Amino acid sequence: MERYPSWGRSIRSNPAAVVELRWRDAFPRLDEFPAPFLPRGCGRSYGDSCLNNGGTLLDATPMSHLIRFDRDRGVVECEAGVTISELLKVIVPAGWFIAVSPGTKFVTLGGSIANDVHGKNHHRAGTFGRHVLSFTLHRSDGTSLRCSAAENGELFAATIGGLGLTGVITTVELQLKRITSTDIASDQIVFASLDEWDELSRASDQTFEYTVAWFDSNRSPTRGIFFRGNHAEGGRSAGVSGAVRLPLRPFSIFLGSAAMRAFNEAYFRANAWREGVRRVGFDPFFYPLDAIANWNALYGRSGLVQYQCVIPAGVGLAPVRELLARVTRVPSFLTVLKRFGSLTSPGMMSFPKEGVTLALDFPAANRDLLPMLDDLDAIVADCGGAVYPAKDARMSPKSFARFFPQWREFRRYIDPRFSSSFWQRVTYSLG
Amino acid sequence: MKVAIIGATSAIAEAAARRFAAEGATIFLAARDQAKLRVVADDLRARGAADVITHTADFAEVAKHDAIVRAAGKVDVVLIAYGTLPDPKAIETDPAAQIAAFELNATSVISMASRFANALEEQRSGTLAVIGSVAGDRGRRSNYVYGAAKAAVHAWCDGARGRLRRKGVAVALIKPGWVSTPMTAHMRRNPLFATADSAGAAVHDAIARKRRVAYVPSWWSLVSLVVRVVPSAILDRLPL
Repeated sequence: MERYPSWGRSIRSNPAAVVELRWRDAFPRLDEFPAPFLPRGCGRSYGDSCLNNGGTLLDATPMSHLIRFDRDRGVVECEAGVTISELLKVIVPAGWFIAVSPGTKFVTLGGSIANDVHGKNHHRAGTFGRHVLSFTLHRSDGTSLRCSAAENGELFAATIGGLGLTGVITTVELQLKRITSTDIASDQIVFASLDEWDELSRASDQTFEYTVAWFDSNRSPTRGIFFRGNHAEGGRSAGVSGAVRLPLRPFSIFLGSAAMRAFNEAYFRANAWREGVRRVGFDPFFYPLDAIANWNALYGRSGLVQYQCVIPAGVGLAPVRELLARVTRVPSFLTVLKRFGSLTSPGMMSFPKEGVTLALDFPAANRDLLPMLDDLDAIVADCGGAVYPAKDARMSPKSFARFFPQWREFRRYIDPRFSSSFWQRVTYSLG
Repeated sequence: MKVAIIGATSAIAEAAARRFAAEGATIFLAARDQAKLRVVADDLRARGAADVITHTADFAEVAKHDAIVRAAGKVDVVLIAYGTLPDPKAIETDPAAQIAAFELNATSVISMASRFANALEEQRSGTLAVIGSVAGDRGRRSNYVYGAAKAAVHAWCDGARGRLRRKGVAVALIKPGWVSTPMTAHMRRNPLFATADSAGAAVHDAIARKRRVAYVPSWWSLVSLVVRVVPSAILDRLPL
């Protein structure tokens, strides 16, 4: 088994060496290891942006010290290998929460910056990078640079969403948000069409901090469940829950489209039944999939491919409709829709932009998948959208250049001795 | 609660210390490297430790052990966590290197443990926890110098436990198997390696529950049982 797979497991890769980083001020000498280098967190990127086939992975997870936690101002400074899960254990009891949280808490803060992750509150808070006050970047020439909007501003912008290519992020200073309860006042509503979702999401984004929708794209007419919530005020506090690990070797029980339909049907029924307002702990609300530590194993030996794109505001819902219509060829196991707000990211290569984001999960084994995703890329690129590199295992160099035309400018800030399997795949043929 | 951690920059010790910090303990840290010690101390403060006191010392210098015990003062828990894992091949034919490894892992640890044992005996309370190793259960060709030192520590702990129990002092011997730490960085990792964090959690748990002997993870007790009863004639031929 590979010790350093990516989350989707659809790409086989082995680094030539792995260096564990533990002390931020006592870096091992990198000269002894084969270049290129790539920092690595929890490996929760789906494709190959966290892989460095033939190069050296710099495992940042042992670099997990907190440095300072100002409990009055809600500012925490810690090493980049600290996970959101670990951070929550410290900050939640003190009445603080992370300003932007992705769908899993098993990611490092360094990885959250490198992918400029977003969450269910993008329409209110923007991306993770907006809440980063500063960080320290260690470059392969041995220098350590403090980066913020005011200091080394260009490297700051390049590193947020910079896929780990600009150097190793060693420390991170974050602004947290105040909470008075660990609970979420959540609400879920059944909707029966994309138009209904549109209306529901526009209205909900006004009054709810967190919104996201699950969509049953295997069905015509379509339907879905809209989830929305706010931090509850005061009251009881649930603990931070752990995860179970399925006793699974990767094998495929859910690959057939019949099983896929059955799962979506069951998911719809289970949630439609719980329609309405409830108070839930933050764990099940933010991290439902974390309850099963290795849910990716359900996709079998050949793994899964996630496709997440953004359709920019101003072009209407037509491209979303077109994407969903194409997807019927290879059904998506799990489809998620969310409206991104207008708050911009400081990140040069950041993925989110104002519009609608659609995420689709596919078993990688299906032979029709890759041609279909190429078709989706064309739809997305034609309307000025982008596909999320953190999820990607297959976009073509040409598509990449259309999604991220700023990549040539970004390239100037890459550490000359750093690269990744993703970066080699999407840029080395572009010249 | 006050906890003294001797060898505080060890990955397992650090993971255990984080749990004591989350409980609001006062923590005394001793280690050789001042810069790393400061990193650990800041971490524990941010995680909620009531207070963190640091003390820099080289544990190979047995003459300085009394000063460490004095600096720690009255403590409820002592965790002795330092050691070194020499490359077995490199020291195989080098008596001086074998003695140096033995002195740090056994002589120095027993010196430290016995001084803290005296202090706890006098105050008539507390827990003395020492990190041993499954390697101490049976000499095996792959790391018998390390194993010999750990075996000495095991025997010491077993005896001291009997002596101290009547004075209200508990002795916990913690025996980790393979753990992913800088000490084992040169070894080829396999799925049986535990994370330093889970090992630290087990150490914290063993101390909280006043365990006498705790294998980490617990299934190593079964492996060890087998390793201990295998006849020497067979063990000699195994590449263990």
